[in-house]
Amino acid sequence: MPEKKITLSVSVNGVAHTATIEPRMLLSDFLRHELGLTGTHVGCEHGVCGACTVLLDGRSARSCLTLAVQAEGVEIETVEGQGSVDQLGRIQEAFRQHHALQCGFCTPGFIMAITDMLRHHPLESDEQIREALSGNICRCTGYEHIVNAVRELARERGPLT
Amino acid sequence: MQVKFENAPWDGEAGRSRDDKAFRDISEHSGAHGRTMPESAFPIDGGGMKPAPFEYLAATSAAEAAEALAAANGDGKIIAGGQSLMPMINFRLVKPTILIDINRIAGLDRIEKHGERLRIGATVRHRMIATDALVHRHIPILHDAMHHVAHLTVRNRGTFCGSVCHADPAAEMPMMTLLLDGTIAALSIRGERQIAASEFFVGSLMTSLEPDEFVTWIDIDTLPPETGWGFEEFSRRHGDFALACVATTMRIVDGVACDVRFGMMGVGETPLRLPDIETLVEGQAISETLLQDVSEALKGLLQPNTDIHASADYRRHLAGVLARRALRDAWKRATFRKDGPDA
Ligand SMILES: Cc1cc2nc3c(=O)[nH]c(=O)nc-3n(C[C@H](O)[C@H](O)[C@H](O)COP(=O)(O)OP(=O)(O)OC[C@H]3O[C@@H](n4cnc5c(N)ncnc54)[C@H](O)[C@@H]3O)c2cc1C
Ligand code: FES
Ligand code: FES
Repeated sequence: MPEKKITLSVSVNGVAHTATIEPRMLLSDFLRHELGLTGTHVGCEHGVCGACTVLLDGRSARSCLTLAVQAEGVEIETVEGQGSVDQLGRIQEAFRQHHALQCGFCTPGFIMAITDMLRHHPLESDEQIREALSGNICRCTGYEHIVNAVRELARERGPLT
Repeated sequence: MQVKFENAPWDGEAGRSRDDKAFRDISEHSGAHGRTMPESAFPIDGGGMKPAPFEYLAATSAAEAAEALAAANGDGKIIAGGQSLMPMINFRLVKPTILIDINRIAGLDRIEKHGERLRIGATVRHRMIATDALVHRHIPILHDAMHHVAHLTVRNRGTFCGSVCHADPAAEMPMMTLLLDGTIAALSIRGERQIAASEFFVGSLMTSLEPDEFVTWIDIDTLPPETGWGFEEFSRRHGDFALACVATTMRIVDGVACDVRFGMMGVGETPLRLPDIETLVEGQAISETLLQDVSEALKGLLQPNTDIHASADYRRHLAGVLARRALRDAWKRATFRKDGPDA
């Protein structure tokens, strides 16, 4: 069946992009293959691992369960917007300090989910922090150090207003 | 994702359930995780496409969505949150010719109280239910239940109505819709039809929706403020699909339980409402003997499956344990709340 291509305009980390794509292209593949933003990782492609987490209009979403065409007009944030090797973002810095990563495969997804959490979730106890992190899988760290990093970031942020 | 597919008895079923079995097999055993994709920072011609081709329509009105669905002749699919549909599309277990996106239809993202009912629009996300003041005040059990649904990121996108339409036998919202005597509004070019929840769930991942119909809203009961509730779910990890789950509500009048509702999921092909248990508890005070009777009765009433997560016997046992806890909680809360909703 011939597929009608669709022209898409999105903003990624504040930069506007326009592309003509097939409707079936996943947002994760659009970011990686069309825009070259390979910071967004792809693990399971069925919503389970969280490696592909990005923010859509400020809220975390699985980019493997989102079609790129659905992002028309949406502000997308990816891990590339957090900082660079020379100038780590605050969450990246906390991860470094607390040894919250080993291989780093899961890290971009965690960082984007944590960005959402810090903006919108109380994170008042370790239980709340662990529940909020439960959608992201890490095979290396055992989570303990990730929880430590988030605890510090939540403390630094203070209560949600 | 896997857990729920394994909960269902696929074998011997035709049509769509064959797909689901295939999906289960893929996600469980295969290289779906280990598949190698060309990874490149440059556009890959024709590569990198996981789903089969389809057309896409971002509908801007319910009427437009209904027309597109009718025109697709049974090969179209509605996409709401995509949190259940996209995994199946990525694995090519579902191959619609057109995806009709309802997310941009104005007015479907509202939660409204109409008399004693709460109306939930088709694009109301799990997150909105979890944080909505009307839900918290009038249906606290639904507020509680939402904490068991998936994870933060999935709740940001997944919708209440989408979960009900997906009709997973181990999902919370279908059970809550049944428990709260829900009405499902189905729209097609033929007009609107209202379906009682008791008529809606016909099998695992199967509903009584016609191929040209889609859901615009679902109405559920609010509960009188003195209602007590119990919600008990057991799953291996927080946010996973349940091995078994009980939801129950009751009021206390003259020292005994009344208006008892009792629902379960994870233990059959559809979510369940158990009128036999409701009758057993109605008019009684909760006591050890009564709870014992309930566990015994459940053993006869349930026919759960055996799968890699749990045997049928274990699930039956679990059902009894969860039922006791949930009924005790409901009784305690009802005792507490008799004197006022905020007591
Ligand atoms: C990792 C993970 C864990 C999860 N854990 C849980 C859990 O613990 N409990 C739970 O309940 N769910 C869980 N889910 C599923 C989640 O709740 C989904 O959001 C929900 O099942 C489907 O809602 P949706 O809006 O995403 O629907 P979609 O994925 O968009 O659609 C699902 C199906 O319903 C149809 N549909 C959707 N909306 C309509 C409509 N308005 N009218 C007609 N048909 C419609 C679609 O065509 C499709 O067939 C999980 C999902 C993931 C990825
Ligand atoms: S790749 Fe998207 S959740 Fe695993
Ligand atoms: S750091 Fe290796 S998977 Fe998390």
